Amino acid sequence: MGATDWLKSRVQAWVDSKLDPSFRAKLKALPTRQNEYGYDPFGFHRDEAKIAALVTSFLYKSYFRVEAHGVANVPAGRVLLVSNHSGQLPFDGVGIGGALLFDHDPPRIVRAMVERYVQTVPFASYLFARWGQITGTPENCRRLLEDEEAILVFPEGAKGISKPFTQRYQLQEFGNGFLRLALETGAPIVPIAVVGAEEQAPAVNLKPLARILGAPAFPVMPLPPFFPILPYPTKYRIYFGEPLRFEGDPDEDDEVIADKVHVVRNHIQSMLRVGLKERRHIFW
Amino acid sequence: MSTKRRAAGAVRDKIIITGIAGRLGRLLARRLHRDVEGRIIGIDRRDFPGRPRDIEHVKVDLRSKKARDIFRAEDVRALIHMGLMHDPRMTAAEHHSWNVQGTARLLDACASYGVPKVIVLSSANVYGPRPDNAQFLGEDAPLNAGLHFPAIRDLIEVDMLASSFFWKQQSCETVILRPVHILGGVRNAPSNYLRLPWVPTLLGFDPMVQAIHELDVVDAIVCALTTGVRGIFNVVGPGEVPLSTILRELEKPTVPIPHPLARAVLTTLWRGKLTSFPVPELDHIRYVCMVDGTRAREQLGFKPRYTLKETIRAVNNA
Repeated sequence: MGATDWLKSRVQAWVDSKLDPSFRAKLKALPTRQNEYGYDPFGFHRDEAKIAALVTSFLYKSYFRVEAHGVANVPAGRVLLVSNHSGQLPFDGVGIGGALLFDHDPPRIVRAMVERYVQTVPFASYLFARWGQITGTPENCRRLLEDEEAILVFPEGAKGISKPFTQRYQLQEFGNGFLRLALETGAPIVPIAVVGAEEQAPAVNLKPLARILGAPAFPVMPLPPFFPILPYPTKYRIYFGEPLRFEGDPDEDDEVIADKVHVVRNHIQSMLRVGLKERRHIFW
Repeated sequence: MSTKRRAAGAVRDKIIITGIAGRLGRLLARRLHRDVEGRIIGIDRRDFPGRPRDIEHVKVDLRSKKARDIFRAEDVRALIHMGLMHDPRMTAAEHHSWNVQGTARLLDACASYGVPKVIVLSSANVYGPRPDNAQFLGEDAPLNAGLHFPAIRDLIEVDMLASSFFWKQQSCETVILRPVHILGGVRNAPSNYLRLPWVPTLLGFDPMVQAIHELDVVDAIVCALTTGVRGIFNVVGPGEVPLSTILRELEKPTVPIPHPLARAVLTTLWRGKLTSFPVPELDHIRYVCMVDGTRAREQLGFKPRYTLKETIRAVNNA
């Protein structure tokens, strides 16, 4: 018990020395709930999240050198951040989270949704929660939105992140759930377009092999590292659109909801188009 | 606070508590004795040492005819059913017979003799700790604990018996309470676990858990006695914390064990009857099983009085 505690305090001290003191003060001042032990109902803890903030800072500022446009568009209070999903590995989420931590004043912690099966993986089972990420059930999202938090949704889901390189920047089909959630909670939707993540792990999906192994996808890359385990350091450009506010009955038929979902999808598609046109190089 | 019903000339003033000889039963009896009008009668096979003079103790099996006879005079105001067996070391047959048959007979007696209030102490464990649970389950969530834990199925059956009684018996105010992990001097699985000299945990898992002080559970039962209150209620304590925080608060040495090894060791210990923790209970220190207590707050007016720190430290209560 003593040894692990000593190690933890050394790591915390090192992390503290690397983080800007004003940033640390702002992290402390986050409006998220905390009980007498510092935990929010979903397990988020400011001190334990600092190391994630440090890693995010490195990825955000040095590795992907993220350019975030329009972060001020994210309103205070409850908000649904809806983005395209790409790049085999979920670093686009890290980019968006980083934008709200480092380029938004005051910093906000983004609650992204993790797959249910993560709960069964050792260490990931509780670390994601300590860093603010939640299991993606509708009830969890509803509760957080009602607590004026920011939820990050990727409506394309797994289809988006594992799409082959030939389909890059072509938005896959959007699920409807996020819009019903927005209508139930009255949360505005901020559409986000991430340009640059598609090229971080250009892969092709070997469907027959995936089927044999029972995996959802089997991506392989023609260049090292051949499997998407480490992303290339492409330059991320993230565009935050103006908040969209929808009104209506959350229990409407799918067709009515789908119309509203299309509005959001079109916003993201057009932001992607603009971003791609403006881009001169992939890596800088 | 109490309405006395006149039925067949008798005044309804008896409160029957099953399981009165257990820790929680005795705490409840003492509280009712002090604060609530009525004669208290306990049904429990076990001895009840230190029983206050004016609390009657009927030392019978709750499935027996003698237990049913207590209801005959039609003077029972409330049945508080806490006499459920939670001992995984008993045979499955005995466990099932005691819990399911016992409850069925008691409810039948309540129906036959017009008891106006029945309170059943179930548990939030009936929802089951599962990786796909929402963080806070409502009372309408399915009771899935039996999927990987066969021994808990009769407790789920008791909960469901009480639910159908709630719907069928309109003249009776049925209350089903599902408290989260009860901590205190009680000898239940969570308190026993936290009292171990060194506590095994699963390497890589640290779920958020909710706990409630034993005296807060007594409070909830007293709230449930109020006339007009009926329904199914999750009963939560002062909040939720990771398991590691609880262990740190109690200053317990912990031993993180990888799950496959823990499973294997516990299976061997269980088979050798060297432990009271059945293997599926490992899921409680792996996955989340937490509930939303809004309904109890709003309709029962229940508010826990002890802080998280006090609740956790209560396991050391004598």
